[in-house]
Amino acid sequence: MGVKRISEHPILEFPRKKIVHFYFEGKKLYGYEGEPIAAALLANGIKVFRESIKLHRPRGLYCAIGNCSSCLMVVDGKPNVRTCITPLREGMRVERQKGKGAIEA
Amino acid sequence: MIETDLLIIGGGPAGMNAALEGAQYGVDIVIADRFPNLGGQLPKQTHKFFGWATEGAGQRGFQLAKKWASEVASKDNIRVMTSTEIVGRYDDGSWMAYDIENQKLTLIKPKKVIVATGAQEKILPMENADLPGVYGAGAIQTMMHVHGVLPGERFLIVGAGNIGVILAYQLKQAGADVLAVIDILPKLGGAYWVHVSKIRRMGIPLYMSHTLTKIHGEEYVTGATIAQIDENFKPIPGTEKYLPVDTIAVSIGLSPLVDILYQNRVEIVWIPELGGLVPLHSENMRTTNPDIYVAGDVSGIEEATTAALEGRIAALSALEDLEVSINQKQKKLYMEKLTQLRSAPLLERLRRGIEKMHSLARERGLI
Repeated sequence: MGVKRISEHPILEFPRKKIVHFYFEGKKLYGYEGEPIAAALLANGIKVFRESIKLHRPRGLYCAIGNCSSCLMVVDGKPNVRTCITPLREGMRVERQKGKGAIEA
Repeated sequence: MIETDLLIIGGGPAGMNAALEGAQYGVDIVIADRFPNLGGQLPKQTHKFFGWATEGAGQRGFQLAKKWASEVASKDNIRVMTSTEIVGRYDDGSWMAYDIENQKLTLIKPKKVIVATGAQEKILPMENADLPGVYGAGAIQTMMHVHGVLPGERFLIVGAGNIGVILAYQLKQAGADVLAVIDILPKLGGAYWVHVSKIRRMGIPLYMSHTLTKIHGEEYVTGATIAQIDENFKPIPGTEKYLPVDTIAVSIGLSPLVDILYQNRVEIVWIPELGGLVPLHSENMRTTNPDIYVAGDVSGIEEATTAALEGRIAALSALEDLEVSINQKQKKLYMEKLTQLRSAPLLERLRRGIEKMHSLARERGLI
């Protein structure tokens, strides 16, 4: 389920939801259904979500509120998906976005 | 097309309280939020709130979010549209709502609109600040407290305001290491002492008059160099310290999310004490667009309890303008509470900003 999950916390409890699988760059990973895709990736130790358009610099999470565009990825073939506010679903194919992204014909 | 009396954009403390106040008068309300649940940034707050005794003091943010969201859900005249983003407005007065999950568009035609979109973490203007591992402090709280994910192991926190200091001990609670909290100011300003004492007890180093001089890493953050600064805020050679961190939390302030206000010809003014670019508004939360009201952080950066009160005031102003007979005594009470909450010695800078805003509004004849 990923190495970065908090198991014990003095104030909060994390009732675990249904475990689902998804693919990151073709590799099978697991996360909780309905959590943001970005949370599932970070829990699996993945930080680099895309490449910047001009200078091809690595980008990852920044604001986590669907505002800054730093976490855009290609999800099920669709580019520019804000992974910090898009819920994870069973079998999703998640890929690092390179460039502006193109819509599949 | 959905027709409604009041559209509220943003379901945080300001939006939820605007909806609850408005609902008492029997008007029809739609509240829209980008996230799957109402609550805004409250669900990630684990500390106890000070302030408004009847509306949340002593309660933790995530508890407040649940309480208000369930109250909202219980009202028949409030329609809740979650996972929904309001993206713009047509000239005929209809607003476009985008359902993020189902990728569907809906039109909403409201009589009045309350914008309570909140704020975003500012970014560090320096080299490598775009690397993965440099995250907004709020983003880290969201990952930790809402989703139970620790986005790193060893943290540096840049900015020792309230959020930075609270984040430091929250990271410790969650099992992470905090190597340092730094701030360019020589003395603590915005952080409550109760939180500062906590991090001191935990042994987290707090370096004042320090700046971040280098972010190390190629693919993601592998370290940070900090240095002491002189009275001109220039790093002093020889004082550099390398910290082997994998995550840098940025808590240097918030920027109001004013985009939708720009689109709707609401006049935006520059008041640094309130977070920079903020919508010109009166103490009744009216803007320069007669159909648009503001509440919460989008109108000026403060905190959840003041946002809640502003939401209630904005709703009452909108209803007044719809010629609903409102409880004026109640409105006055909310305004007095706001003044009271803003009277703490710590909030001197904020009060200056509020005063600037109110005098600008008076100049424009905004009531």
